[in-house]
Amino acid sequence: MIRVRQMKKIYRVGEEEIRALRGVDLHVGKNEMIAVMGASGSGKSTLMNIIGCLDKPTEGSYELDGHDVSQMSEASLALVRNEKIGFVFQSFELLARQTALENVELPLIYSREAGLTSRERTRRALHALNRVRLADRVSHRPNQLSGGQKQRVAIARAILNKPAILMADEPTGNLDSVTTTEIMEIFRQLHAEGQTVLIVTHENEVAAYCQRVIRLRDGLVLSDLPVAQDQAGQVIA
Amino acid sequence: MILSPYFYSQAIKLALSQIWANRKRSLLTALGIIVGVASTTSVIAALSGLKTSVLTEFESFGANRIYVFPDRPDDKPRNLYPREKIRIKPWEVRELQASCPSLRAITPVTEFGVSIASDERELDGITVVGIWPDWHEAENRRVISGRKFNRIDEVGERQVCLLNESAIDELRLPSDAVGSHILVDGRRFLVVGVIETLQARMFGGDSNTAELFIPFSVAIKLQSTEYFLRVIALAKSAEVSEEAKSEIQRTMRRIRGIQPGDPDTFRAEAIDRYIDQFKTLASGITAIAAGIVGISLLVGGIGIMNIMLVSVSERTREIGLRKAVGATPAAIMMQFLLEAMVLCLAGGLVGVIIGKLFAIGLTLIPGARLENADVPLWAVFLSFAFSAAVGLGFGFFPALKASRLDPIEALRHE
Ligand SMILES: Nc1ncnc2c1ncn2[C@@H]1O[C@H](COP(=O)(O)OP(=O)(O)OP(=O)(O)O)[C@@H](O)[C@H]1O
Ligand SMILES: [Mg+2]
Repeated sequence: MIRVRQMKKIYRVGEEEIRALRGVDLHVGKNEMIAVMGASGSGKSTLMNIIGCLDKPTEGSYELDGHDVSQMSEASLALVRNEKIGFVFQSFELLARQTALENVELPLIYSREAGLTSRERTRRALHALNRVRLADRVSHRPNQLSGGQKQRVAIARAILNKPAILMADEPTGNLDSVTTTEIMEIFRQLHAEGQTVLIVTHENEVAAYCQRVIRLRDGLVLSDLPVAQDQAGQVIA
Repeated sequence: MILSPYFYSQAIKLALSQIWANRKRSLLTALGIIVGVASTTSVIAALSGLKTSVLTEFESFGANRIYVFPDRPDDKPRNLYPREKIRIKPWEVRELQASCPSLRAITPVTEFGVSIASDERELDGITVVGIWPDWHEAENRRVISGRKFNRIDEVGERQVCLLNESAIDELRLPSDAVGSHILVDGRRFLVVGVIETLQARMFGGDSNTAELFIPFSVAIKLQSTEYFLRVIALAKSAEVSEEAKSEIQRTMRRIRGIQPGDPDTFRAEAIDRYIDQFKTLASGITAIAAGIVGISLLVGGIGIMNIMLVSVSERTREIGLRKAVGATPAAIMMQFLLEAMVLCLAGGLVGVIIGKLFAIGLTLIPGARLENADVPLWAVFLSFAFSAAVGLGFGFFPALKASRLDPIEALRHE
């Protein structure tokens, strides 16, 4: 599904070189649910952005669904993002003036599928909202929704095009613990329905919902363990 | 990369909602375009109204009418061509009549001021016009009672006259004045016919003024020997009017003995020349108006560019998100171009509406002869085309900037 080999990302700020990723190897199989953890600045977001096709690696190869996407053009990457990737952000990123339904429909605007009827679009968006258990808030605007509800709209938008991988960069970072549980239950259920999920988090409770935990340190993979072993290791440490 | 119809409908919807959400700002931004389009469309409306009334007037004049009058060559010293020498003489008119087969009618016209009087009143400074009987055909003025002039009046130098209704009113003559006598410069004239009063017209002025016509042969006796005359001729048809004109030119040069290479000492002009001149003038004014619009649209365009740059930077996160869910650079570019164009077109629409209202206002001004003022369809199309072009031109740079935003940085934008 996802195969990353010797991935490096080097930022140049003036004279300085910042090595955000220094040779990451990673494999994500179909229908895995993985947590990516690590200290601030360890390169989690950088890795996620590259896997999410929002950015390109400086070096190394990245294979998504059998295609090497590491050196694709901007326009092709946009298409990959549209069809294969669902991204959930810490701060929801909903369009303030649009309803929940319209926000969820957004990726269809840029879809390659020409000639979708508005009925079909609405049907798909409603289905996605149903899956995040928000079918009763379709015509609400973001300012009429709670934080947890906003994040559920964002998840519905991310899963609309049935992505190969659903990625979330600290999706619960702005939420309290009750809402965090609510959101993680959604991720757990999507995973149960066959979705591959990759979540960046600082919270062990969030990682506990996953099967595998990858820990980064200074742009390298520090450990890659099943969740039970990882959590045990944390307790010992 | 082909964008779906859904993309376009959403982009336009979004553009409209953006304009509406920032309606004050949008209005101020589009003001340059609104003012530019409104002012041009109303200038064009006024011009087209003027053109319609002037052209119909010219047409009623008759397109196959030719005027001949003395004319001094511009580039020669004045004293080479004294007035007396270039003056048109009656025998020259008779020669033209004999030598120009394309003419249907020809008449000299001589005008001078005299005092006239009836039993009731005396009027000073009335213009008396001396004409041949052919004048009736050449000028095509209706005789509403009595008769026209005939050859006997002319050859016999009879003291007869034609009046128009205004003259009858002013002289307090009975409404059927035929058979009355009036005094012209102290001589007794018989009124033989009444001519309709000209409707108000823009050129050749004399609306509702008193007019008095007498035979040409009589008229020259009432004037000094150096009287001035011009010639009105009517070609057999509009098709041969150019031919008739050159016949006149050839004949005049021959009888005046003008050597080849020497300039004409007269001018023969058909009415369509005036139409051409007027059209040239009108299109000149239109071009100036278009230039003004060009400038105001430029100013408007800079406003559009500015506001689009503001919009791009305000909506950086939104752009980042759209890219994250799959918008290509081309899609983002297109969205912002459409937005600039919709804004400009909305401005253009308001401008056209204001221009239209102005045009309606113009038609209501009494006596301005603009009752035909209207914004022509081509001006409406042109306004929209210009507005769209401004949107496209000045929206390009902001749209390019938006399309080039890096999605990650855009999403990190505060
Ligand atoms: N655009 C950039 N330009 C320069 N340096 C960058 C850029 N983006 C990230 N970095 C640097 O790369 C390193 C990794 O950053 P990254 O955002 O991936 O960390 P992170 O693990 O997500 O941290 P956090 O937990 O705080 O989100 C950091 O040292 C950061 O300063
Ligand atoms: Mg991060």
